[in-house]
Amino acid sequence: MLVLPALFDEANKLRRLTAEVMQRLDGAGIGSVLPDLPGCNESRQPLQAQSLDHWRQCAAAAAAHFSATHVLTLRGGVLTVPPELPGWNYAPVAGRQVLRAMLRARTIAAREAGREETIEALQQTGRSEGVELAGWPLGPGLFAQLENAAPQPESAQVEIDQGAIGGGGLWLRAEPDESPEQADALAAAIVTGLAPA
Amino acid sequence: MTELAPSRSDIDTKLRAILRDVLGLDAKRVERFDGGTGLFGHLPELDSMAVAGLLTEMEDRLDIIIEDDDVDGEMLETYGGLLAFAEAKVVEN
Repeated sequence: MLVLPALFDEANKLRRLTAEVMQRLDGAGIGSVLPDLPGCNESRQPLQAQSLDHWRQCAAAAAAHFSATHVLTLRGGVLTVPPELPGWNYAPVAGRQVLRAMLRARTIAAREAGREETIEALQQTGRSEGVELAGWPLGPGLFAQLENAAPQPESAQVEIDQGAIGGGGLWLRAEPDESPEQADALAAAIVTGLAPA
Repeated sequence: MTELAPSRSDIDTKLRAILRDVLGLDAKRVERFDGGTGLFGHLPELDSMAVAGLLTEMEDRLDIIIEDDDVDGEMLETYGGLLAFAEAKVVEN
């Protein structure tokens, strides 16, 4: 199973959940692998140079390299998923929503510092020359692609929404947190889905 | 007026649920929030990234749009301020 992580700040918030789900899958005899997207986490590639297309190519290459039969995406990870690979999209989100929270964080931080920035102006800068949001330097290519990226309506994956897992989404938390119950529920949904009918 | 009352309490309930999810607080503590309970600047968890998440989640769950200009210290300072803002926005829609 290929695991495609959430993007940016949400990846940090979901780090523990992601690892816990993988441990539970391992316990159920399902091997999984979690690659870093280029420019993210421990990747040495510069984030500014990335594009969503490149991330998609890398996700497809990882699936081929590890002979993945299934995929699990978390939140914005859905935007990088090979559409034909069967699996699950946990709480999928459009690129626009991922950017909106980051743009807003920047305008709020600017206001606190006594500077006035608007989301609209930041969007224009993002498209033309790139922009740093919440500590992530996004190049113009990635920014523009994220603005228009949405989960693909026709894919081989099944959506698992937060309502099916129970509790509040951990990506919302102000502090990274864990929830063994949510990890249990997510892993169980996958194990059940993989069981022969 | 009788129709306003349940909708106001509905917004209150949703707003508490959002704060619970964002701050990771237990339901009992969030239930005890009153109009004067301090938020931004009072709760260490609520930094700019968390506020951004809070506002985005309010948009989703309350079906409102929050503009740049709407966001000021007053609306975020207390639970009462945030609730009044949310109620005004829902009515506006």
